[in-house]
Amino acid sequence: MSKMLAFALSVCAITTTAAFADGHCAAGKTLTDGKLTIATGNPAYFPWVLDDAPEAGKGFEAAVAFAVAAEMGFAAEDVVWVRSSFDEAIQPGAKNFDLNIQQYSITAERDQVVDFSEPYYTAPMAVLVGANAADTPATLEALRALKWGAVGTTTAVPKLANVIAPQSDPLLYGDNADVNAAITANQIDAALFDLPTALFLSAVMIEGSKVIGQFAPDQSDNPDQFGMLMEEGSPLKPCVDDALAALKASGALAGIEAEWLQDTTGVPLIE
Amino acid sequence: MFRPSATGLTRRERYEAQQRRRALIVASASTAGVVAALVVLVPLAPGWDKVRNSFFNAEVFAKSFPKLLEAFWVNVMIFAWCAPAIAVLGLLIALARDVKSPALFPLRIFGAAFTDIFRGVPVILTVYLIGFGIPGLGLPRPWNSPYIWGSLALILTYSAYVAEIFRAGIDSVHHSQRAAALSLGLSERQVMRDVVLPQAVRNVVPSQMNMLIALQKDVSLLSFIGPVEIFRQAGVFKSLLANFTPYVGAALIFLVVTIPATRYADHLMARQMRDRR
Repeated sequence: MSKMLAFALSVCAITTTAAFADGHCAAGKTLTDGKLTIATGNPAYFPWVLDDAPEAGKGFEAAVAFAVAAEMGFAAEDVVWVRSSFDEAIQPGAKNFDLNIQQYSITAERDQVVDFSEPYYTAPMAVLVGANAADTPATLEALRALKWGAVGTTTAVPKLANVIAPQSDPLLYGDNADVNAAITANQIDAALFDLPTALFLSAVMIEGSKVIGQFAPDQSDNPDQFGMLMEEGSPLKPCVDDALAALKASGALAGIEAEWLQDTTGVPLIE
Repeated sequence: MFRPSATGLTRRERYEAQQRRRALIVASASTAGVVAALVVLVPLAPGWDKVRNSFFNAEVFAKSFPKLLEAFWVNVMIFAWCAPAIAVLGLLIALARDVKSPALFPLRIFGAAFTDIFRGVPVILTVYLIGFGIPGLGLPRPWNSPYIWGSLALILTYSAYVAEIFRAGIDSVHHSQRAAALSLGLSERQVMRDVVLPQAVRNVVPSQMNMLIALQKDVSLLSFIGPVEIFRQAGVFKSLLANFTPYVGAALIFLVVTIPATRYADHLMARQMRDRR
């Protein structure tokens, strides 16, 4: 009798799994069946992920990741988080994640090596200045005269060279923390970040610093749009794109943005 | 080549010539075999196309190489002002560890502590601590430049190594020479300057060449605190193009400099061995 019950239960279990697999386009396409493995940075920075704990779903990217996962049919407990560097994400060969979300700007060159989802956020670039340069006017003229820094692995570098074209060579760093250190040490006056990161750094990390202006995201030919990164040719891409489209259509994505990202309209535009 | 014995070759010489020929053939065959295996087998690996595209992409190489060369100039400059400073400071530290006068004992302690600390701490940590830490104390520009303090970090670290090599060189001069020089009436100072050091320095030139080669590569560590030298420039290209080829380009530029330097060090070492025999 108990054997029969166990059999019935296992049949039930199989059929529900099968039903799940039929119902969702991601079924059988993930690294581990029934789980969605999502990578983020190490450490993951505020306000994208709060307290370096993406599992909690707090912070913009963590919340987006869980929303996309839910839209694709994965329960929150079926989302597995791993960490990856930029280099791991672009190296040839098998990846240890299904999706990678850490403010990857979509560029044509990167798109040849990996796949990007449709953008989930359009990030304007913003100018963060240290205490000594806090009263710099938000004009290109004034910005050119500053000593610049940026994170060397970001699209801020070409933007800095092409749009601002500073008079002295910029200094480049490995990550946000090092740029902070350089601003704090007064080695650079200003740094270029995406706006949410810049607002966070100025509010919390660097005393006396200020976000003096932002560049309209669509100002250049290559607006900084963040996409989720996948292995080149990933079968998951249509599922992720559908999920993001659904989230955009329902207004859920805008809701997440409003919840986790500071209102950015107060920062003046740099012409 | 077989020659009749009428040319004067002894049986032994013929045998040796034959052995040499055989060795040459075996060496050529095995080298050709290994090269062929690499050329044929590696591309057969399933991921080869992806790897080639990521690491050996001609288009990316052409795009990034000129800027990498330009950035390498920064390395050369940093190297050029660090190397003499390291030689001088390293020698001073070595001498400090060798002072005999009891009144100067603190100097010996300082020398020992200096080498212990700067040899024991990873270079990158020293670069961070000095490169960000000292400017953070509130120095005005341009005195807080990462070029200055980053270079100082390299100079301190490498001086510690170089000092130890110099000290080994000083120790390698036999004690009897000091004793002989002292007995001739030379002062401690004269003995060191005119008898010990000239030999000591000559003895350690090949080892110091190796330090130069290592330094030339470690200059890239300054990229962590801001200067856009070749490694950082390659990293920028890597990020933008999502391709590792710029690193390969940077490696080639390094090799062009380090291989001749290494060969030269080998040559010096071999000559020294010959002279000592």
